[in-house]
Amino acid sequence: MSVQTLLHAVSNLGAAFLIAGFSTANAQTVGDTPVYGGILNITVPTEPVGLNSGINTTMFIGEVSSKIVEGLVAFDVNLNPVPALATKWEVSPDGLTLSFDLRQGVKWHDGKDFTAADVEFTLKEVWQKLHPFGKSAFGNVTKVDTPNPHKVILHLSAPAPYILNYINTYGAQVLPRHIYEGTDIVNNPYNTKPVGTGPFVFKEWVKGSHIRLEKNPNYWQKGQPFLDGIVFKFIPDSAARIVALKAGELDVVLGSALPVTSLQQFEDKSKYSINLIDGNYLATIAFLQFNVRNKPLSDVRVRQAIAHAINKQTLLKLVYLGYGKVATGPVPSSVSKYYSADTRQYAPDLERAAQLLDEAGYKTDKSGKRFKLRLIHDGAGGSPQNIRTAEFTKQALSKIGVEVELQGPDFATFLRYVFTEQDYDMMNSSMHRLPDPTLGVQRIFWTQNIRKGVPWTNGSGYSNPKLDAIMEQAAAEPDEVRRKALIKDWQQIVQEDVPLLELVEPVWYTVSTARFKKLALQADGLFASYADAWLEPKK
Amino acid sequence: MSSSHFPTVLKFLRRRLWLAVPVIAGIAILNFLILQLAPGDVVDVLAGEAGAATPEYMAQLRTEFGLDRPIYVQLVFYLKSVFTLDLGFSFRQNMPVLTLILDRLPATLLLMLTAMGIALVAGLALGVISSLYVHRWADRLIAVFVLITYALPTFWLGLMAIVLFSGRLGWLPSGNMTDISADYTGLTYAWDVTRHAILPAATLATFYLAVYAKLVRTAMLESYGADFIRTARAKGATETRITLFHALRNALLPLLTMLGLQVSSILSGAVLVESVFSWPGLGRLAFESILARDLNLLLGILLFSSVVVTLINICVDAVYAFLDPRIELQH
Repeated sequence: MSVQTLLHAVSNLGAAFLIAGFSTANAQTVGDTPVYGGILNITVPTEPVGLNSGINTTMFIGEVSSKIVEGLVAFDVNLNPVPALATKWEVSPDGLTLSFDLRQGVKWHDGKDFTAADVEFTLKEVWQKLHPFGKSAFGNVTKVDTPNPHKVILHLSAPAPYILNYINTYGAQVLPRHIYEGTDIVNNPYNTKPVGTGPFVFKEWVKGSHIRLEKNPNYWQKGQPFLDGIVFKFIPDSAARIVALKAGELDVVLGSALPVTSLQQFEDKSKYSINLIDGNYLATIAFLQFNVRNKPLSDVRVRQAIAHAINKQTLLKLVYLGYGKVATGPVPSSVSKYYSADTRQYAPDLERAAQLLDEAGYKTDKSGKRFKLRLIHDGAGGSPQNIRTAEFTKQALSKIGVEVELQGPDFATFLRYVFTEQDYDMMNSSMHRLPDPTLGVQRIFWTQNIRKGVPWTNGSGYSNPKLDAIMEQAAAEPDEVRRKALIKDWQQIVQEDVPLLELVEPVWYTVSTARFKKLALQADGLFASYADAWLEPKK
Repeated sequence: MSSSHFPTVLKFLRRRLWLAVPVIAGIAILNFLILQLAPGDVVDVLAGEAGAATPEYMAQLRTEFGLDRPIYVQLVFYLKSVFTLDLGFSFRQNMPVLTLILDRLPATLLLMLTAMGIALVAGLALGVISSLYVHRWADRLIAVFVLITYALPTFWLGLMAIVLFSGRLGWLPSGNMTDISADYTGLTYAWDVTRHAILPAATLATFYLAVYAKLVRTAMLESYGADFIRTARAKGATETRITLFHALRNALLPLLTMLGLQVSSILSGAVLVESVFSWPGLGRLAFESILARDLNLLLGILLFSSVVVTLINICVDAVYAFLDPRIELQH
């Protein structure tokens, strides 16, 4: 056993402890004696711009609309699909057809019947045409059959094993055909007052203040929802959210909307619960991206040197206060089906870093400096962790003679610099890798996805034909075992070439009053319908 | 103040309103051109927030929003819509700009007027008291107080107020304009809004209060040495009458000038207070539209505010004449 693997084992052990710690905290949200009644007050980090997740996959939209509009499946704690609007699904042995049995007796909030025609319409007109991830998720669907009102069969040009890992209410929201057909879908007024099949009915949206939902008395799951309604309150200031939760004006704070530094105030388990798995579906990784078009970052040795100079464990401890895990590669560990830890890792080693830089020809000058790089991050609207990670990186790289200039413009400017003008050296941010690497990871490294002007594409400019072939093969491989092997190679190649340095898998935390309970936890809990949620009476 | 003033006032208003038209048109053009300098557009932000997009979809959106046309064509279209009083459509919020602004306006006006009211009353009182007790302990105490309120950032003061009054004491709600889980009407509704407005309005008032108190103090002290005060004393007027009707009336003029200037700045100054107290006002809407590059909405808010500010300034000029008969409303 080499030192590398030993270190690995130790860090995995650490992760295991952390996860064990997480699950005891999580178990607290689960209850088994539901109580009827009550209004749940929730806040999300930012007021959404609309309520149609089918055309805009911004998280905040999904966090609200998931209570109103449903998907074909939901996900359990281990990211396995469980029934929602579909009760059963089947993939043919060759992987070329995917059929769904739809739930019977489901009605839209306006009283019309939900049928296979709604699914077919949404797939063809919304998911395939307008959904931001639609081209990659549903690109292979060539034909849709609806033999009866409760059956949908998708015919695929090539196997698309990732579809089942994605189609919950966030990834593929089913919209009512009778409201959207023949209209300008992007500007349809129902995008801000949705009609769905979910446990809660849209009531009102006072912009800048709140969205009010009411119980759906005709929900298909008899006896649910338990709550009488939900109010989403929009509180722009994160410090004000802390007070609102403490004062009882809020019951649930979703999506890491409280500063990580405030979490210690909510450790009292008799009063608050902290749920750490709600966002596992998103599988987010925070990373440092290199613009490999420019010198000196075009040299892989320079990128590897930077990887050796950044101590991720310290970063996790100082910036994320331990709320997360060290990232070991492009596929996050929560995507356990495809994750491989057995790839090249860069242990913190300043000597090795210096040696690599020397080899690349970047020797130190008299003052100990080698070269200067710019590091851009989404300053104004981004998470405080992004800003602190940038500061941490600046300090870390100064130790190997690399001077870093920080740039923190607002979001629109940041996107322009990185993806349109490509005028940057390093960028740090975080991206959702989603439950399937073909959907969430391939886009970052694929040569065909180097698209000037389009945000969150392959912004590093990295191109490796060998990797392209592997990723394309993995996308169409119906055999799980072979697919896993391909995705493992993929992770190894990326770790060798480091077009981006994967830093930390931040955990999404939901902080709630201890009175808030659910029957079961979900890995896509940020987008849970809350049909099975309730508030225990005040003591 | 006699009825003979009226025709003059009307003529004055008519003239000033005509003059306001080119001013506002100029502001509109300038706003439009300056905002073109910001890197990135609303489509970038929409795609950036969604986490993914295709180039075709982005191009389609730009065509739909009219962003693919040359700047001068966009400017012509913009001016045309301004002159037909059409503020356009916010593609981000999926609503007409005018509706968005009018929805938020009552909240902003309420906050602004309450804050200004508190600042004026308290500023006048503190200013008068410190001028009466000049260089004595009351004056010094007030000086320290206004210095502190002036120097403290409003957002911090707001947060501390929330922590104390909502978090610790639980006396007042921490944010928003009404209790949205309750359904109040009539008097209970008014009381609910008042409770919600106290903290943000008082917080916003602190900054202006300091300026007003200092202004009134200085102006009062100046008047005390003036000939007309000596005359008033000589004819036997009481000190109270001299303070309130002779000195204070003269001290109101610089205060009014300041007020006219600050009404315009309060729209921007409210952003922080609105954010801290999640007050559903225009300042926050403007701030969000900047970050989102929602230029239609931002231009609409800017135009709307410039009209409001121009009108308020015309009113202030007219009020001068009422306060000080020596000032005539000139053509």
